[in-house]
Amino acid sequence: MELLVASAIGVLTAAGIYMILRLRSFPVVVGMSLLSYAVNVFLFATGRLVINQPPILRDGVTSYTDPIPQALVLTAIVISFGMTAVVVMLALGAFIEAGNDRIDLETEEDGQ
Amino acid sequence: MMDHWIIAPVVIPAMLAPLIVLWMRYDLVTQRVASILGMSALLVLAIVLMVSASTHPPEVYRLGDWEPPYGIVLVLDRLSALMLLLTSILGLVIVLYAIGSGWDKRGWHFHSLMQFQMMGINGAFLTGDAFNLFVFFEVLLIASYGLMIHGGGRARLKSGVQYVVYNLAGSTLFLFALGTIYSVAGTLNMADLAVKVAQMPADETALIKVGAALLMLVFAVKAALVPFQFWLPATYTNAPGPVAALFAIMTKVGVYAIVRVYTLIFPISGTTGTLAHDILLPAAMVTLVIGMVGILGARSLGRVVAYSVIGSVGTMMLAFSQFTQGATSAGLYYMVHSTLVAAALFLIADLVRERRGRWGLSLSDAPKIAQHGLIAALFFAGAIAMAGMPPLSGFLGKLMILDATRGQWGLWAAVLITSLIAIVGFGRAGSQVFWRSYAVEAEEDERPQPSKDASSPALAFTATGILLAGSVALTVLAGPASNWLQGTAAQLFTPAQYTDAVLAGAEARAQEAARIGAQDHGHMEVIEEMRSEDGHATDTQTETGHDAPAAAH
Repeated sequence: MELLVASAIGVLTAAGIYMILRLRSFPVVVGMSLLSYAVNVFLFATGRLVINQPPILRDGVTSYTDPIPQALVLTAIVISFGMTAVVVMLALGAFIEAGNDRIDLETEEDGQ
Repeated sequence: MMDHWIIAPVVIPAMLAPLIVLWMRYDLVTQRVASILGMSALLVLAIVLMVSASTHPPEVYRLGDWEPPYGIVLVLDRLSALMLLLTSILGLVIVLYAIGSGWDKRGWHFHSLMQFQMMGINGAFLTGDAFNLFVFFEVLLIASYGLMIHGGGRARLKSGVQYVVYNLAGSTLFLFALGTIYSVAGTLNMADLAVKVAQMPADETALIKVGAALLMLVFAVKAALVPFQFWLPATYTNAPGPVAALFAIMTKVGVYAIVRVYTLIFPISGTTGTLAHDILLPAAMVTLVIGMVGILGARSLGRVVAYSVIGSVGTMMLAFSQFTQGATSAGLYYMVHSTLVAAALFLIADLVRERRGRWGLSLSDAPKIAQHGLIAALFFAGAIAMAGMPPLSGFLGKLMILDATRGQWGLWAAVLITSLIAIVGFGRAGSQVFWRSYAVEAEEDERPQPSKDASSPALAFTATGILLAGSVALTVLAGPASNWLQGTAAQLFTPAQYTDAVLAGAEARAQEAARIGAQDHGHMEVIEEMRSEDGHATDTQTETGHDAPAAAH
């Protein structure tokens, strides 16, 4: 299972990085989502992979899974979801203003 | 009693911002009043906290009264108090400028976004928990996304997208770094991390070093250190003037995080060794050179100022990368100075842009603008301070850094030569914008007109003046200021003060709670359980290295 999870994280990260290096905003947004999926699974795995165990400390329980990464990953999921929504709206705004969805600025003096 | 005020710099803006959105939505005047009142409250609070921090050891606020390392803590020490003060001064001045120049009219929710921004920045400076630092980074970033595109427009939205994407990638990297560190140390409380990392056996530090280096990359993105500086010039040039000025503190959030994490958790004498020094020194050197050469090569006044921010980050990181007390206090002095002056220069650039009409900020021949002499004088003072010429605080800051790095000739050469380049660059930009305009005759109907939005130019000038006055004050009071900063650096280099404040007493308080909760059997059981588990985890960890962290919590 470790191999499966590790390679899934690796593939997601690689695909995400490839996508955010593209020059159009749509692939970049998709790439950001892939990256955030990868990091969420990664965070989940930082408490070690344990199956079918409660995330609870109690008397008499000898094996359990670490609850902290689950709490962390929940926060991370909410934040990355919100951020994806923001970047989609922003990219849409830029597309409507500029008429194209290129990520790069056309010229150095573009801002003037 | 002092304890509860520690969270106020986060709570006040967090309450005020929704109020502004919900109650004062259509009334700009009340929004402005509320915003000024909120910022003033923050300023007063920051001063009070700073006085308290200079006479007390680090003070801890336990959120929800959860014992560290289980709960989140806020820690107020001298460095966080200094950053809070700097943030609140900047916040108040920028709100005044935005009102005076009419920038807050050009889009929705400027004032509430400002409050959210303050909440995020203050929280990032106060928190004593690495994951909470990530959360506050996101709060300040999401507010800054809104502020960055305030007013809209094609170029601004486009560079806004770049800025957001760059920072989202940075946030993802932050999570990877935190995950790596958690998987090794089993905790994310900074004080607890400091203790746990120090106890790690030297031959099992490979993963924690990876985590430390990843964190460095994240903070380098925020601080705009080479090779992560590419987002800065376009963002700062295209952001609204007051927002760009506010962003002067945003790079310092990254700098603060580097100073905090690499003196507390990964000190140079600790398990990870000179890792931080080895990465930072060359990065800072290249950042300095690129920033200052950028000043010389820039083709617009906005970019001149943006590159000077990169250069100043390079200068202060040169000092911080030494990881000695003297160099750190010099670096802190330079950081305060460069934040104030960079913000002032962004406001001055905005004053020019508002009056120059279609010429914008480009370094080309343009007719004279309204209030020409006053703006030129302000720019002159700001440029002198930024380039590091006497008599203003930039000179003293650089002098202190050079003094603290005596004997390192390469570093001296870099600082001195780049200062010369900066002087030439600022001289070129200033004479093009302000002197060449005497030679240009404009048609009567083409004469640049001040923007119609400005409600009170006097207020805008006052705001800019306050920042430059801050630089003057920093020069006049250089003695007391640098004494205070030496105390701050001394506190940073005795991390035991910080960890003791957070962790000491936790055990005693847990026993007390157990005694009080004796009737409530379940409550006591949980506490006993947590304590025995913690002891168990520390034992196994020292034996088996990083196989046991899952048990640590």
